[in-house]
Amino acid sequence: MSEKIGVYVCHCGTNIAGIVDVADVSQWAGEKLAANGVVISRDYKFMCSSLGQELIQKDIQEQGLTRVVVAACSPHLHEKTFRNACQGADLNPYLCELVSIREQDSWVHTDKVAATEKAKAILSGGVARVEHHEALEPLRVPIHPDTLVVGGGIAGIQAALEIADAGFHVYLVEREPSIGGHMAQFDKTFPTLDCSACILTPKMVDVGNHPNITLLTWSEVQKVDGYIGNFVATIKQKARYVKIEDCTGCGICWEKCPKKVVDEVFEAGLGNRKVIYTPFPQAVPKYPVIDAPNCTYFLKGTCKACEKFCPTGAIDFNQQDEEITVQVGNIILATGYDLFDVRRMPQYGYGRLANVYTSLEFERLGNAAGPTGGNIVLRDGKTVPKAVGIVHCVGSRDQNYNPYCSAICCMQSLKFAHLVHERTGAEVYNFYIDMRTPSKGYEEFYQRLLEEGTHFVRGKVAEVTNLARIPEEEGKLIVQVEDTLIGKQRRIPLDMVILSAGIQARHDAKEVGKLFGISCSADAWYIERHPKLDPVATMTDGIYIAGCAQGPKDIPASVAQGAAAAARVLGKIQQKEISLEPVRATVIEEHCSGCRICNDLCPFSAILYLEDKKVSEINPALCQGCGTCVAACPAGAISGTGFSNEQILSQIEGLLLLNIRQLEAVPA
Amino acid sequence: MTETFEPVVIGFTCNWCSYRAADMAGTARMKYAPNIRLIRLMCSGRLDPTFVLKAFVGGADAVMISGCHPGDCHYVEQNYKALRRFHLLKRVLTQMGIEPGRLKLVWASAAEGAIFADTVNKYVEEVRALGPLDWPAKNLESVSTPIMEEVHA
Repeated sequence: MSEKIGVYVCHCGTNIAGIVDVADVSQWAGEKLAANGVVISRDYKFMCSSLGQELIQKDIQEQGLTRVVVAACSPHLHEKTFRNACQGADLNPYLCELVSIREQDSWVHTDKVAATEKAKAILSGGVARVEHHEALEPLRVPIHPDTLVVGGGIAGIQAALEIADAGFHVYLVEREPSIGGHMAQFDKTFPTLDCSACILTPKMVDVGNHPNITLLTWSEVQKVDGYIGNFVATIKQKARYVKIEDCTGCGICWEKCPKKVVDEVFEAGLGNRKVIYTPFPQAVPKYPVIDAPNCTYFLKGTCKACEKFCPTGAIDFNQQDEEITVQVGNIILATGYDLFDVRRMPQYGYGRLANVYTSLEFERLGNAAGPTGGNIVLRDGKTVPKAVGIVHCVGSRDQNYNPYCSAICCMQSLKFAHLVHERTGAEVYNFYIDMRTPSKGYEEFYQRLLEEGTHFVRGKVAEVTNLARIPEEEGKLIVQVEDTLIGKQRRIPLDMVILSAGIQARHDAKEVGKLFGISCSADAWYIERHPKLDPVATMTDGIYIAGCAQGPKDIPASVAQGAAAAARVLGKIQQKEISLEPVRATVIEEHCSGCRICNDLCPFSAILYLEDKKVSEINPALCQGCGTCVAACPAGAISGTGFSNEQILSQIEGLLLLNIRQLEAVPA
Repeated sequence: MTETFEPVVIGFTCNWCSYRAADMAGTARMKYAPNIRLIRLMCSGRLDPTFVLKAFVGGADAVMISGCHPGDCHYVEQNYKALRRFHLLKRVLTQMGIEPGRLKLVWASAAEGAIFADTVNKYVEEVRALGPLDWPAKNLESVSTPIMEEVHA
């Protein structure tokens, strides 16, 4: 055995040592795997600590180890740590193998004997594999300095501004005609009661004017190719039917447009808009779009009122959708959330009982720029409610709908209660399951509401109905609820009920995730690289997530994530080039028969057939290292670096303890 | 007292979905049978059928192949190649006298630690019911095909 292998078994405190007998594993490896080249076998409390790493480095230098196997946690956590430790002692980092006896052993098994046996097998697999490791050099690729930000809500705006302010170019893509996202729909923000538009619109204007930001609204990303540092995104710019180079945003077109439709997006169905429109007065960009499916001209071929009155001749009914491609180094996804569809809970009467509102409708109702000019009135447009109920957790914390807490509804409901109280003087009832006010200033806001005289009823609302049982209930909405604090059923007659709907992932989050090559949780939130330590990166290098696309959160948290994602991107841009894992496939020319079976298997078109040599060749910059061609080559002419046949076949032998069994079989 | 048969299952996982599902099962401390021993590949498409035969030759009682859900593959569509090889392998194994139940394919996303753990548990029980394969003892000498020669090499 020419290699000198060092084996290091980690206790991870009691995380591993509590189930696996680490001392036994280490001793076993030292004895039984000596024939496989193990010259040192140690166990240590925390291998990842600096002392643990120094232990490895000292052995490499003093004992001349040529290979290192660490049995500890998942390679997804600490592979880099141990590779770096080896590099620090002048051992090529790829000659180190980390095998997991924590996530894949001690944490999932309860039988100590079986877990210890399994740890030995796993370790033996690592030792057998590492012998066939080769010294590798990481691939260096340049990072394109431009960034694509998808989603122009507050998280995307923050991310775009941070990067643009740092001097790098950003493409900000937004599906709607204007950036602003949900925050632009709100009247006030909790708990400070800042005017939402007042704090948001200056940022929107900054985005619109920023020399480093190319704003692509009314656009959607169609396709993404490439990898970190070198993505190519194809973006569809939907036809606005307005020439933005001529449009001044004067607004005459939407004044003159004769057709009104219900605005289901920005006004949440509560108000109307014209067919040529900007979603709201402070829209960025200021240019309107024509809603072609509703436009009289597109439907009937006549009208063109907007064109007639446009002072600059900016209307162009012949405009077509356009596709543009941009090259970027990094991508931030800040695609936001959808509101839970409260119609799925018919017992709450939304859509059937006029004065039952969704939270987003109420935001528009209370908004000074909204359909009622900020007057909180019933659907008839004039009656001021005298008693208002706010139902928390609609569609959240409910096993029938979404099991998670939507994080914002308690505070949002408190905000509503305050606004109703302040503007109408109505009695306000909040129906809650648990009050959750865990951020700065939130609990104080709750206390303020308690002092304002808002009624808090602890219990999940069973039903909202208009079927009166007693004369006092006639003409009212009645909330039937068990008040769990007094242990009684209550029926509370009200004029208005607001359903504080939960938030959920975008309806197309999964498809969008696929487009960018990142995965979603079961609830369709995008999965971060690590829930605690890497909250804005994803498993796909160069793709970051921010805001509610990652999970329910409020505005401060979305802004923080937007900025965090920007910081991560700026860090990558500053490096100018990045090291990629040298896990690549290569064709051994003299073994290649030129059959071309591999050519069509590669989804990245990395394999080229060289007509002159009659062999295939792999472009390492395009190869992503999946290894499908390696497995498919009938001649065995393709080798997969880092995952070679020898490495994997040896690991199988090791896992099955073949090496040991064969040795033991000899004397018997 | 008869000793219960503890099968050995070799599990092939992909780096992006199923190995991370196993990671997640670990982080969430979900419990599953210790009979499975995992190998991490970059992609289920890397699975050379020889690996599966090698595992059987080496004494494994069953092999579980796992990858990203169809459509979710980190490498676009390479898990479909694994699916093809899975079906091919089942036929080859049957011809070699190995029950097709000794090979399983499961899709598990990075979020599906629970599915991963649950599948392993059920599968180990299925294999336990099949009993030991003990292929090396039974067949090593009698089988001599080019594939086997490659496996032994």
